[in-house]
Amino acid sequence: MSVTYIDAIREAQEKLLREDPRVFLYGQDIATFGGAFKATKGLAEQFPGRVFDAPISEDAMIGLAVGAAIEGMRPIVEMQFADFSSLAFNQLVNQAATHFYRTGMPIPITVRLPSGGTPGSGPFHSQSMEGIYAQYPGLVVLTPATVSDAYHMLIDGVALDDPVIFCEHKFLYRWLKAQSINGDHLPIGQARIIRPGKHATVVAYSAMVHEAVRAADRLQQDGWEIEVVDLRSVKPLDLDTILASVARTGRLLAVGEAFPWGGVTAEVVSRVCEEGFHLLDAPPQRLNARDTPVPYHPKLWAAHRPTPESICEALRKLLTF
Amino acid sequence: MQPFADGVVMNHDFLRSVFHSMLKARILENKLSSLYKAGKIVGGVYLGRGQEAVSATLGTALIQGTDFFAPLIRDQAGRTAFGEPLIDCTRTYLGSALGPMRGRDGNIHRGRPEMGMPAMISHLGAQVPVVAGMLFAKRLQGTLNGRVGATCIGDGATSTGAFHEGLNLAAVEHLPMVVIVGNNQFAYSTPNHRQFACADLVEKARGYGVGGFSVDGTDLLACASVISEAVRRAREGGGPQLVVARLLRLSGHGEHDDGSYVPTEIKSGHYGRDCVEVAMRQLVENGIATVDEILAWQDQFAEEVQRAVAQAQQEAPPDPYQEDWTALSTRFPIPQTCAAQ
Repeated sequence: MSVTYIDAIREAQEKLLREDPRVFLYGQDIATFGGAFKATKGLAEQFPGRVFDAPISEDAMIGLAVGAAIEGMRPIVEMQFADFSSLAFNQLVNQAATHFYRTGMPIPITVRLPSGGTPGSGPFHSQSMEGIYAQYPGLVVLTPATVSDAYHMLIDGVALDDPVIFCEHKFLYRWLKAQSINGDHLPIGQARIIRPGKHATVVAYSAMVHEAVRAADRLQQDGWEIEVVDLRSVKPLDLDTILASVARTGRLLAVGEAFPWGGVTAEVVSRVCEEGFHLLDAPPQRLNARDTPVPYHPKLWAAHRPTPESICEALRKLLTF
Repeated sequence: MQPFADGVVMNHDFLRSVFHSMLKARILENKLSSLYKAGKIVGGVYLGRGQEAVSATLGTALIQGTDFFAPLIRDQAGRTAFGEPLIDCTRTYLGSALGPMRGRDGNIHRGRPEMGMPAMISHLGAQVPVVAGMLFAKRLQGTLNGRVGATCIGDGATSTGAFHEGLNLAAVEHLPMVVIVGNNQFAYSTPNHRQFACADLVEKARGYGVGGFSVDGTDLLACASVISEAVRRAREGGGPQLVVARLLRLSGHGEHDDGSYVPTEIKSGHYGRDCVEVAMRQLVENGIATVDEILAWQDQFAEEVQRAVAQAQQEAPPDPYQEDWTALSTRFPIPQTCAAQ
């Protein structure tokens, strides 16, 4: 009996609804319909009066969640696609994210963003927004890559008193399976060495962790041992784990699915340069999506994001510098 | 008590209370303007001059401790009526570390969310869904009955998506909410005809499926009647109510602005009259207060304002070396043992 990544997200929400009366779910088509990806399937029936369909008003959805949090609730908001959270940007970064610093009252809302590309999804149903939200003070940004992390990090994220942007990868929803939702249950803010190695470090998160592991498997056939670090949370960023890995390998490649200008990979590289320059034996590298909107056609899409092939190519250059 | 328009009883205590807040706000804001012009306030000063009758009536009709009130830029009078102490205002404007925002935010961007009065952000219309969410929480907690949430916006904010989304959402959820639009005819410098094309903003109420009211915002008695009725309908289960108050801002957008774009004929027209003066006349003519009483209140409030200013001026500003420079309440790293529990 295996569990998928989206099962884990549904299970986590079920547990949260069962155990915490402050939790409610709010989002478009999430009640009887069960959500565009079925992440809330059956929960409206199981928990009457706790799961609500929202009008197509992303800005007001987050506004409502902020107000409900002020009055003691722990709302979980589902954005139908991460891309649509641009419409809620104001309430997220100006209302929710500033509230604790300004008033001393934290806003414990969790916003689920179905993120990242899938074949055929096109420019407006494929985006990776984690770097944008991480740029703003006052938000915790989570990017689980495993079934167990999807489960535990959603539960732990809702338990945080701060606003959480929960970036769940759509490509992993049904493709990624595990024997159980239980795992090592690391705390939020701690990265994981998902594959040990000694010749180079790949820092990745979300779906790119799996692409990086594939690339590492291929390079192993040539005798290279690649260490893969799964960030798990991009904010806070676990620089200690990254630096410890770079200290072992001397080489760094940061891989992300978001657009290449700035973002998480740039942050990782700049921090390693700042604090671990002496550890590097080669210029640190970044690999991101291309600097165009995410294309619709599967052939274009596959060449737009990093792949095991492009990661291998980047690693070979890095290893032979 | 005597019969009043629309069947609402003219409640002397209520009107005196509204007037107290109007007068107190006016005296405080005149002082803030002087302090700004003397260079004693850093950042902007935004006054509610000319909008006190609307704001104070709403603040008085709401019940502190039960209701929610999300004030906006021109709501000093409503804040005072709802129970915000004067010292919160002077501390925030004068940068005292002891104010509710501790120097982290200024002027009208202050609030006390724990007392049902959230702190506004500058993005207009954004408080509409927040108030809806506060009420939504109370419904989930089973304590919504008899409660009202209210917020004020201006004519300019009715052009925002936030206003539209928020009011529509409140209507869908049939929440006990009152949204007051103070149509002061200019959003900063932009006149109504560059802001909206409908004949009257209250027409929007029908489109949203909410109650709609129009009122002369310079007329205390009219405000008391109409706004109280809107609050009553919301409280009694009538769903959201939109009140459009026609008035004129009797100052610039902020004290840095002389408002010279407002044509003279509008300033000298009906809505250019001062609602505080109108209210004084109404109180005296209807036997609700005497001239002597009003003069005594003026002295009393001027002294209260003076004390609040003096106290805030004596207090230390925030110390950047002692400042807790974190925007999160969670302290990372979280020990592994905690997460594993």
